[in-house]
Amino acid sequence: MLEIPLGSKSGIESCMNSYITRRLLGMVPTLILISMIIFVVIQLPPGDIVTSTLDRMQAQGVEVSAEQIQNLRAQYNLDQPMVLQYLSWIGNFVTGDMGYSYLFSRPVNELVWERLGYTLLITVSALLFTWAVAVPAGVYSAVRQYSVGDYVLTTVMLMGLATPSFLLALVAMYIGYEWFGISIGGLFSPEYRDVPWSLARVGDFLSHLWIPMVVVGLGGTASTMRILRANLLDELNKPYVVTARAKGVKPIKLLIKYPLRIAINPFISTIGLLLPALISGEAIVSIVLGLPTTGPALIEALINQDMYLAGSFLMLLSILTVVGMLLSDLLLAWADPRIRYE
Amino acid sequence: MSELAADFQVEAVSPRQLAWIRFKRHRLAMLSGGFLIFIYLMAALCEFITPYGTDTRNVQAINAPPMSVHFFDKAGEFHLRPFVYGYDMHINADTWMRDYVENPEKRYPIYFLAKGERYEFWNLFYSDIHLFTTKEGYLHLFGTDQLGRDLFSRVFYGARVSLSIGILGVALTLFLGVLLGGLAGYIGGLVDRVVQRVIEVLQSLPTLPLWMALSAALPVSWSSLGIYFGITIILSLFGWPALARQVRGKFLALREEDFVMSARLLGAGRMRVIFKHMLPSFNSHIIATATLAVPGMILGETALSFLGIGLRPPVVSWGVLMQQAQNYQVIVLTPWLLLPGLFVVLTVMAFNLLGDGLRDAVDPYSTAGQG
Repeated sequence: MLEIPLGSKSGIESCMNSYITRRLLGMVPTLILISMIIFVVIQLPPGDIVTSTLDRMQAQGVEVSAEQIQNLRAQYNLDQPMVLQYLSWIGNFVTGDMGYSYLFSRPVNELVWERLGYTLLITVSALLFTWAVAVPAGVYSAVRQYSVGDYVLTTVMLMGLATPSFLLALVAMYIGYEWFGISIGGLFSPEYRDVPWSLARVGDFLSHLWIPMVVVGLGGTASTMRILRANLLDELNKPYVVTARAKGVKPIKLLIKYPLRIAINPFISTIGLLLPALISGEAIVSIVLGLPTTGPALIEALINQDMYLAGSFLMLLSILTVVGMLLSDLLLAWADPRIRYE
Repeated sequence: MSELAADFQVEAVSPRQLAWIRFKRHRLAMLSGGFLIFIYLMAALCEFITPYGTDTRNVQAINAPPMSVHFFDKAGEFHLRPFVYGYDMHINADTWMRDYVENPEKRYPIYFLAKGERYEFWNLFYSDIHLFTTKEGYLHLFGTDQLGRDLFSRVFYGARVSLSIGILGVALTLFLGVLLGGLAGYIGGLVDRVVQRVIEVLQSLPTLPLWMALSAALPVSWSSLGIYFGITIILSLFGWPALARQVRGKFLALREEDFVMSARLLGAGRMRVIFKHMLPSFNSHIIATATLAVPGMILGETALSFLGIGLRPPVVSWGVLMQQAQNYQVIVLTPWLLLPGLFVVLTVMAFNLLGDGLRDAVDPYSTAGQG
């Protein structure tokens, strides 16, 4: 690999490729460990799907014979040892069969994708919102260090950091109702809920999307802004900036062309740290606002011990996080050559 | 002249004193520290500070708004002893909700250190002396909930649970983080690789969904105390990796230092070297990091209890209190039920600011707060 002269086009590409390969391979043991953790977690509650099904049937007055119980246990592989249960669960998961949700009486496959799509959409838009707020705020705070604006921004961001996202969602509901007379909740107005996609439905969707976006995104802005501010402050005090300034480079051009580009690099790697927080925030905000995403379904599945559904959601959310972290690492490697030559 | 002389005076200051001097310059951190001491004291003494118990119901004031404290009565006359006005309740014909109007005829003076409801203090002795209460009528500074329970009292009883979970959770996190991070950094090799892999996995998991899964797994039959410790353990289970990572880095660097080598050559055991020689050289950093970890614990407990899978009534915590404000009808009609949230925000902010101040103060290369 090193025989190819560094800096040549193909050299960069092969380095990048080998970096991607290494990272992809590194993901495999991580995901296996995660799947084991999740399997153990969903096995933890006392009783299992069969006992809770039996409880419900007996509550309805249905007589269940020992043979039926045996059949049910066999159907869910519950008569096999733990390790085999895990292997069949993860084997089916990998091949795309996520099992059956008795809570919704439908295969899990049919339930998760749409919800996961909305979760992804809200998380990504919240991430974009975080950046859209944190980058200008961080740059301003660094350039005008210790100004009134710096303190105001820092304080507002700190409050955003300290407010639980569900409280923020509640306050958003209160403000929406008291000041604008609208009820906030859901991703669609009632008239658009069950109709096929159209331009009007997209517009309605977007008008509902911004509230979860802001509420979920606000929590992460504080840390992101402060990382950028600190990085930029380090850069701004370096001699090359002074030199450029002395030579008369326009302040705004100087700022964007050199220090900001360097300061933004560590910033990219914060995506990885931000993602688990965003997905967590999304889950609880969706529960409060009643959005049709993974959060509300997950908690319902957990409370009702719908193991296949809960396990699939946990697994998919974890994969989402791991892949997001991988993407942020790749982005960083693309933006910062030093990483990929490591 | 005297100032000049002071400049030349040679003073010896220990690193600890230096950190304290730097910390004192951080005014917001000082203020936050003061606030936290205050709120923890309030939480510790909540039986004495609050006028009512957690389950005392006042059927005359159900869903009543916060009462305002007056010094001047309706005739404009000044009273040194503050008082509140009792409520007149009537049903609003539009909303079918109870509307409360202050009735100037019902004047309830507030007495300090007066006898009120009987309570058991810290399970040690019985008393009926409260910091403040009324002799006749009732006193609801933060209003009441839908069962007519005093929110002010419940907020401070809740503070005891929420705030202690924060400290207990961080203590456990600290233990796990220092132990595992220390072992990884000190022993290295296979142990290090395993710990690092676990850290990586735990840090790439979406925390809240997993917290939800684990706390939903806590058996319903457990006692309140069992659930309390269960939640604390769940919260720390995902909190230690960040700390362990830091500790590991420090240990890797310190392992090569001469003083560690000499301790080892003198025959000190592994645990002695770790806890007696290496840890003290950066325990101030650990304290700062731990302070910054408390908010996560408090927010975690609040979120889980709010969702109904954390602490459950009759336990009172800030999250349990917020559970009453789940939908916007409740928030619009009885917005004071969000008051516990204000305490969460203030406490979390105070911990963040205090942690920032501590971190700057213990960093020997920091220039923060010197200007």
